[in-house]
Amino acid sequence: MPVSHSKTFFKDLASAAALERLLPKLVMAPTFVVTLVFIYGFIFWNAWLSFSSSRMLPRMDWAGFTQYVRLFSNDRWWVAAENLAIFGGLFIVLCMAIGLFLAILLDQQVRLEGAIRTVYLYPMALSFIVTGTAWKWLLNPGLGIEKLVRDLGFENFTFDWLVDPEKAIYTVVIAGVWQSSGFVMALFLAGLRGIDDTIIKAAQVDGASLPSIYWRIVIPSLRPVFFSALIILSHIAIKSFDLVMALTGGGPGYASDVPATFMYAFSFTRGQIGLGAASAMMMLAAVVAIIVPFLYSELRRGRNE
Amino acid sequence: MNKAVGRQHRAGRLFIYGCLLLVAVYYLVPLFVMIMTSLKPLDEIRTGSLLGLPLNPTLEAWRVAWGSACTGVSCEGLKGYFWNSVFMVVPAVVISTMIGAFNGYVLTQWRFRGSDVLFGALLLGCFIPFQVVLLPMARTLGFLGISGSVAGLVFVHVIYGVAFTTLFFRNFYVNIPRELTNAARIDGAGFWLIFFRIVLPLSPPIIVVSVIWQFTQIWNDFLFGVVYSAGNQQPITVALNNLVNTSTGVKQYNVDMAAAIIAALPTLVVYVVSGKYFVRGLTAGSVKG
Repeated sequence: MPVSHSKTFFKDLASAAALERLLPKLVMAPTFVVTLVFIYGFIFWNAWLSFSSSRMLPRMDWAGFTQYVRLFSNDRWWVAAENLAIFGGLFIVLCMAIGLFLAILLDQQVRLEGAIRTVYLYPMALSFIVTGTAWKWLLNPGLGIEKLVRDLGFENFTFDWLVDPEKAIYTVVIAGVWQSSGFVMALFLAGLRGIDDTIIKAAQVDGASLPSIYWRIVIPSLRPVFFSALIILSHIAIKSFDLVMALTGGGPGYASDVPATFMYAFSFTRGQIGLGAASAMMMLAAVVAIIVPFLYSELRRGRNE
Repeated sequence: MNKAVGRQHRAGRLFIYGCLLLVAVYYLVPLFVMIMTSLKPLDEIRTGSLLGLPLNPTLEAWRVAWGSACTGVSCEGLKGYFWNSVFMVVPAVVISTMIGAFNGYVLTQWRFRGSDVLFGALLLGCFIPFQVVLLPMARTLGFLGISGSVAGLVFVHVIYGVAFTTLFFRNFYVNIPRELTNAARIDGAGFWLIFFRIVLPLSPPIIVVSVIWQFTQIWNDFLFGVVYSAGNQQPITVALNNLVNTSTGVKQYNVDMAAAIIAALPTLVVYVVSGKYFVRGLTAGSVKG
């Protein structure tokens, strides 16, 4: 390995060589420290906070599972968890369905494919805050889409989901799908382009119709793409914070709260640090539950190759 | 896949193009409405159609959004916050990309015992929900005396960006043939010489991907911005959210839209100019999310 031929000879040469040998480790050292402290150390620290009695100020005492008991008996937390289930479920299913549909259409050797792809993907370049602001305006009960449809002659049309506690979370779905579905399309399109087309040609020779080729051969062979899209989308869903803040602010009341906005509200505006830390641990647990099987299968695949 | 499409019916083609066009409209309408609304005076917004072109186009809303709109307590528009974001993004992107390049170089060309474990451990940084580090980091920034400032945000973005940039560079450098660097080593070239003479000249594509990815992520960040910055040190995403949700006075929808476009412009420009690299970063970087 590194510089073994200069090991003997003169002293200064040897020390230069020693430095040279150490260099790779020295270069990685800051990252090592950062990883250890700011990722693992902070997770541990946060875990500790979640087992303390911290409220306005962090306290490093031991309060057992008190904060978790408080969390699980908190109505607002359950609203947030239920909203995440609604939002996450619809967001993932819709993004996948739209993304796959568009990818298949775009794979039919259409003209201007590059331009169309550019249009489908541009929302991904936007901040969720910008997306939220735009959709907040479109969904404005008085002046947005509601007014547009009424002006067309449908006087009784109402579309006030933004201010309806029962429906507010669905506006987050609408905006989220608008932002992310083009990206899922790009994932599926890359997957489609990677399929070996001799199988498809053979099926065509056998007289299979295009829809059945897709249904029987193409879509099943996209399974890894489905898998990674599922991981990415559920990850986005669990972490979603900005979009909710910009679109509904978690409101009306806390009707459209999600765990991320819950954590923010309790940790930074309501002075419930222990409770906030406990909710953050639950979010971490959710992500780990999704990521670990994924990493495991990735590693196993890597080893088999 | 190159399927024989020639024998497809015209109806099929029509269906395909019809769907694609319809969806393109769906993606473009919000942007169109934003631009149109930002160019209309307020009374025209109230009376006119959402989709209508402005009858008396005016840049007044843009002027207000840039220079005099109220974001919370102060009424100086977005311009200060825009520059905050610039001063936050530039150092954070440069530093995190540099560290990522060095890390990727070591992890592929100078592997040592434990380096793979370190890489695996670092990858967790790509996955964790940042909520789990928010509270400890808030305390730490306080200790360091940089809480509430742009410098603090640069610090946070570098720390949590390194995992991504390392992933990018490592996965790129792993394809550099070891023979190439080994030959240089036998000729007596050292760590830095090999990096600057052999590895760096091969790197422009991945540097572009990393810079674009980091730029978009950091410019668009809201979570760190809203938690770790205060007053006139806030990034533009936080200022935009404050502006839109300021409840005092008459709601100026045209100003909201102009402000949103201002906040979106830098990343949109990057996307339009370098779409190919943008998508590459998304797919490479998003195996983590």
